[in-house]
Formats: sequence, structure tokens, C-alpha cells
Amino acid sequence: MSVSPANEGGRWRALPLLGLKAGKLVVTVAITFLGLMVVTFLIGRVVPVDPVLAVVGDRASKSTYDAAYIALGLDKPLYYQFWIYLKQALSGDLGMSVLTKKPIVEDIKRVFPATLELATCGIIIGTLVGVPLGIWGAVRQGRLPDQVIRVVGLVGYSAPIFWLGLLGLLVFYAKLQWVAGPGRIDIAYEYNFTQTTGILLLDTAMQGQWDAFRNVVAHLALPATLLGYFSMAYISRMTRSFMLAELGQEYITAARVKGVPEWRIIWVHALRNAAVPLVTVIALSYAGLLEGSVLTETVFAWPGLGQYLTNSLQNADMNAVLGGTLVIGIIFVGLNLLSDLLYTVLDPRVRRRT
Amino acid sequence: MTHFTKLVAAAMISATFGLTSAPAIAETPPDTLIQAWQLDDMISIDPAEVFEFTASEILGNSYQPLVGYDVNDVSDIFGVIAEKWEVSEDGKTFTFTIKPDMKFASGNPITAADPVYSIQRAVKLDKSPAFILTQFGLSADNVDQMVRQTGDMTFELEMDKAYAPTLLLYCLTATVGFVVDKELVASHEVDGDFGYEWLKTNYAGSGPFTIREWRANEVVVMERNDNYSGDTPAMARAIYRNIPEGSTQRLLLEQGDIDIARNLGAEEITALADNPDIKIEDGIKGSIYYMGLNQKNEALANPLVTQAMKYLVDYQAIADTIMKGKVKVHQAFLPEGFLGALMDNPYSLDVEKAKSLLAEAGYPDGFTVTMDTRNTPEITAIAEAIQQTMAQAGITIEIIPGDGQQTLTKYRARSHDIYIGRWGPDYQDPHTNADTFARNPDNGDDAASKPLAWRNAWDIPELTAQADAAVLESDPAKRAEMYQAMQKQEQEDSPFVIMFQEIEVLGLRDNVEGFIIGPSFNDNSFRNVTKTE
Repeated sequence: MSVSPANEGGRWRALPLLGLKAGKLVVTVAITFLGLMVVTFLIGRVVPVDPVLAVVGDRASKSTYDAAYIALGLDKPLYYQFWIYLKQALSGDLGMSVLTKKPIVEDIKRVFPATLELATCGIIIGTLVGVPLGIWGAVRQGRLPDQVIRVVGLVGYSAPIFWLGLLGLLVFYAKLQWVAGPGRIDIAYEYNFTQTTGILLLDTAMQGQWDAFRNVVAHLALPATLLGYFSMAYISRMTRSFMLAELGQEYITAARVKGVPEWRIIWVHALRNAAVPLVTVIALSYAGLLEGSVLTETVFAWPGLGQYLTNSLQNADMNAVLGGTLVIGIIFVGLNLLSDLLYTVLDPRVRRRT
Repeated sequence: MTHFTKLVAAAMISATFGLTSAPAIAETPPDTLIQAWQLDDMISIDPAEVFEFTASEILGNSYQPLVGYDVNDVSDIFGVIAEKWEVSEDGKTFTFTIKPDMKFASGNPITAADPVYSIQRAVKLDKSPAFILTQFGLSADNVDQMVRQTGDMTFELEMDKAYAPTLLLYCLTATVGFVVDKELVASHEVDGDFGYEWLKTNYAGSGPFTIREWRANEVVVMERNDNYSGDTPAMARAIYRNIPEGSTQRLLLEQGDIDIARNLGAEEITALADNPDIKIEDGIKGSIYYMGLNQKNEALANPLVTQAMKYLVDYQAIADTIMKGKVKVHQAFLPEGFLGALMDNPYSLDVEKAKSLLAEAGYPDGFTVTMDTRNTPEITAIAEAIQQTMAQAGITIEIIPGDGQQTLTKYRARSHDIYIGRWGPDYQDPHTNADTFARNPDNGDDAASKPLAWRNAWDIPELTAQADAAVLESDPAKRAEMYQAMQKQEQEDSPFVIMFQEIEVLGLRDNVEGFIIGPSFNDNSFRNVTKTE
């Protein structure tokens, strides 16, 4: 996901927020989703995999095979299959999963909170660490802190997260025993509380199960820190370049001439302006984490969206793949809209227009 | 600049908030068995539908069949829910008598109505494993007449032919023959679905453990069944956690967070051998690794070529260095432990012999073919080893990697050249493998059944007739001879390069005793598992 740091983006992006443009936005979003569904649907049908095999397996008799073929609607023409799918999707029914034998919507409701919890903790860590580091790097441009931050960031961004995850488990779980192992919670605590939101931090805290809460934190710490490190690497690099661009502006020189304290120049003047494109960077990093980090979820046995999607794909469970793709599409569009809204808060020029 | 330093430090501390809290718990509860296994292939826990290794094992510990066998000597068949059975004069009807005073976990008594319902239900639902029962001539239309209750505790099962008696008995030991609680399942029927919607995620059995919960891709929680008729298991709970990665399983096992790791790779097994807290146990399984050579390919259709290729695999080296104890060399289509299994391994790597056979066949400089391989580490490594030895005789193999469903789709369409396959028997009778390796009733492109012989376009009317005769032979000794003759012939001229038989290997904590590894996955049992302090 590459994001242009150009500031100009802020102006036109905010335009749809005008009442008149709202209709246009709805149409754009609708076309985006229709395109997404057509492409995913076609890919699902074009791949050289027999979807019936996923249902009945390799040994089934011909009668079993034929019954499943018809049940999946594969005897109908492609456009008709798509039409049926579209009609169902619009009424909130994404079909049934071949693998779990449950409605896709129910499956996603079950797996998504795990990913949401992990990604949210990850992005909080990534932002809290990444933004200050980026600022520091920009202020100390070319000097030792900048170089160190660059190397640390490079490792975070380029080392395979799979490998970092295993290494982290080996050091912090197996050797030092600072954190709990793979999984979301120990079996011992699993049945001490009821899952209402599916976000275990909230569920345990709301029910006052503090031992379970601590256990959830111990399980979450390592994968969340790892995802945080991964997004921190990107956020700090982008913060640095946005800050450098701002620090080179004339208004900064003017402020310095006026004798404004340096910390105020950096934290108030420059950061305020750099924050506008930064919001998009953070929002898209968050969306990236919400897709479900497949490898992280595999290493940490985290039952989230990434694992669900990969598993569905490998088993040719195309309804589940389509449903998951749609959810990811909604996340991206939603977070994009959210960052557009935040522009109006952060950028007075946009505010004035609206 | 101290502001930055402070802020960065604060951020770092907040990032590592979790690291200082709650140390990991290092031991599993003494009355709970926790296993790590890759569970993502589980699609159902209904005996009429289950066909995956994982779910088979789970059902094997929570349901009971009519009959069972000794896992160390499968020819010893005994009653489980059935007290006894008799075969009619004409060999076509079995009369079963049910043991008295047995109960399901629900408390409902087990009567003849339950196995009758279970068999009728599996046949009518017609899910993947239904063919194991329908091969006896049962169908949705006739099963109510063919399987009939004759008393409170007796019922008859009639077949269309007089099959070898052990065939039916072994088929009833498969998960599709497990007995479900009629009263409980029927109470959940909706629109004549035989409780299918309900049972695919719920439990209605009588085995040593009950299935309390199955969360797909996450966990299976089982609890001791207080109504179980056998000895009470020592474990109050048994839990399977879905841990897809072998290296993660190893870490959990070494930390004591799990008791048994089920998907250790060859490397992990080697590494764990030095750990005094861990022991490695193994048991022979029925699965066979083989190469299928498509007879639609002109070169591969030459019997001299197929024989040459059997000399171009370094069987022992692959078993020792790649699979490291997870397979043993085996070159006949019946695995060790089956009636009539042929234990000769006539082939080993012999490049000179292969070269002369190829020259005789008219390919002195070899030829080029493709090989479809599943992209798992082990199958890929086997394929690369074969590619290397084949090249020594001039046969160039292009490996086409793909995921399981993709390569299988291609294989079933007969559009491969070479396919590396793994075939697991469906039940303990030799017919299960003869039916696929040695039977091909219709070699046409639109044939109804697609046995392995068909997939490799191997037209074998004579072998098919032999296999059909063997399944009707009631004398076990004669039957064994028939299967041996068929295997010998296949070793000579079949397009199957049969290479290995699978060995299941698990890593256990040192204090875990009594896990039984049986020949099929529904024989794997933790009923007798104990954990010492």
C-alpha cells in the first residue's frame, strides 16, 4: 500500500463531504463494491479447482458428488450464479461456508474480533512509538538517532514477520517466559467468562475477571508488539519525511526568527501540518493489519480473519473468500472515509470549505 | 531535546506493557489432556459425514461402533455395541444382537433401533463416506427394507451379494458405521433432515468422551462420559487446540503448555530427541505414498518405461533423509497389517538397469514429462529427490507445484503426466485399496466412478474381474492369496510406483502414558491415557 505524501490530496478528498457530493460518494462506493464482487467472483470460478471436491472430498460416489454440484448451484449459468449471489449479499446473506457449515456472516462475526483486537493493539503501539521516532529522526536528520531509527525501521519492515514471530516466541516465551504462548487465552481461563463482544480484553474487564484479563494481555503482548513494530517501521519513516517537508517551509523559518521555542515549532507548528497526511498513513496501516496478518496469525495460532481466509482459499471455499474480501473492502473504504473526516478536524482549509 | 527522549521512552514503556505482566502457566491440569493438532480440515462432527483424519479420531473417542478390532491384530474382530452376530446360509444377511444395559451419554438406552436408524440415516443423507455402506447394495430407496429391526435388541442387515463376511464387519468399524442416539437426533430433525443441521456441530454418542464444544479452526473440547459402559477414563477432559505450525507445537510442548504435539515435522522430531522431558512415539498407519503415471502419455504407457521408472527412485534415501522416520519403504498396494499385504520390496535405485530398460523401450536418451505436486514441504522434497534420480537416466521432470485441491482437480480430470499421491484406506478390509488400485470397470472419460486406476487411464478388465472375485471369497486364506497375486502383478506392470507406508509420529510430555496409535485415525485412542505428577 503506497501512500502519496502530497498535501494537495486533502482538499479534493474532503469534497465528497459536501452534502451535494454525498450522492456521488454513495455511487462511487457502490461501483467499488460491485467491481470487487465481480472480480472476486470470477477469480473464484476461473481457478482450476473443483469446488465440489471441497464439499464431498475425493472418495464420494457419483450420486453424492452430483447432489453437491446442484446444491452449490453450479449447474446454472455463471451470470445467473452471480445474480443470485448479488441478491443474497444485498440482503446481508453471504451464503454458507463449505468448511464450517455455518453462514459466512456468522463465521466472520466469530473470527473478526480476534483480528480487530490484535490489530488495534498493534496500531496503537505502532503509532505511539512510530510518530515520536519519526519526529526525532527528522529533527536529528542525518545524525546518529536518525541512522539508528532508520536501521531499526528497516529491520521491522523487511524482516519476514513469520521469522520475527518465531524468534520472539523462542526468546520471550520459551527462554525468558515473560509472555504466554500462542493462542488467545489459556484453556484454564477459557470458560471463566462469557464471550459477548469477542474482544477478550473487553469481555474479561467488563466481567471483572482480572486473572483472565492478565492472561489475555500476556497472550496479546508479543503478537501485538510485533505488529506494532511492523507498522511502526512504516509510520516512523513517513512521519520523518512529512516532518522534513514541513521543517523546510518558510513559516518555520519565520517562527524561528520570531523566537518561538524549538519544541513548540516542532510539536505545534510542524506536527500540526504533518498530521494531515499522517492520518491517512495510519488509517491505511490499520486497515492493512485488520485484513488479518496471515503469517502472524499462523505462528501465534490466532483464530482471526487472516487464518480463516487462507484456510478457505486453500480449501476452495469460495463463498467464504468472497465474504472475507467484501469485509476487507468495507474496512478499507470505511477507514478511508474516516481519515477524510479527520481531515476536516485537522485541516482548517478543508473545514472552511465545508 | 529532552522532551523527545522522554516521550520516546514513555512510548517504549507503553509498547511493552504486556511484557511485565502475568508469566506463562507452565503445566497443564493433571486431569486434562491437551493436544495441539492442525484441525483446519474439520468440516463436521456428524458420523454420517465425517471423513477427515482429525474428526475421525475425535469420533473414535466419543462414539462406538457395532463391532471393533484389536489394533495390534486387526483380524481379531469383536463386538462393541453388538453382543453377537450371525450370517445367513446364503451369506447375504447378517443378524446382529445388541448388548443389554448400555446407554448413550444422554442417558437413553441403546437398543436395536439405534444402529438401524444410524445406518438408514447415513445411506439416505448420502454424504462423502456413504459409499462405504451403499457398496453393499443399499440405497435411499431400499435401505428401510434391507436394514430392519426384528426385536428390541436384534436387527437384520441384508446385502445384494454374499460378500466376504469381514468386508461388512470392517466397514461397520468405519466412522460412518458409528451408532448415534436415535431419540436425541430425531428430536432435532427439521424438515426430514435426520437431524443433519444439528448433529454436524453437536454430539449424540456413547463413547468414553463426549464432545462438549467444537469451534472451527480453534478448539475441540471433550469431557468424560459418565454413562460410558467401559472402564472410566482417567482424564476428565481432553482438548484439541488448532495449532497449524509444527514449530509452534514444538515450543508449546517444550514449555509444557500442551501434552501431545501431533504435527511435528522431521526437523522438530530430530530436535526434540535430546529433550529429557519429551518422548517420541510412533505407530504404523495405513496410508500409502505412490506416483501415478498417466497412461494417456505415450512414453509412460510403455510398460518397459514404467518399470524403468520404478528403478529410478531412491526409496531408502528418501525415507531416511527427507521423511526421517515418518514413512517406511513399502511397494505393494496393500499396507502392512491388512489381510494379504505383500511385504516384498523388489525395487531399489538402479540407474544402469533403468537405462537398459529405457533403451529397450526406444527411449535411449530419455524424455520430458511434468509432475504435479502438492506444495507441502514433504511432498515437494520427495518430488525433487525423484527429479534428481530420474535425470540420471535422461528422464527430465518438470515439477508443477500447486495446492492440494488444485492438483487433485487436475488428477481427477486425467490431465497430469505424473502425480505424487497419498492414499489412505477407508476401512480395514483389503477391498478398500484393491477397489481403487486394481479396479477400473469403465475407462471412458465420462465414467461414473474415478478410482486411481481410472485416473491414470489404466484399462484392466482382467484385474478388475480378479478384484471382484476376491471380494466375494469367504475363505480368508484363499482371499489373501488372491490379493497377493494381484499385488505381484501390479509391482511388475502397473503405472503405480508405490513407494512408502506412513508412520504417525507424535511428541509427548514424559508424564503422559497410554496413548494408542492405531492403524487408522479413528483407532487412535486416549481413553487409557494417564498423567503422572
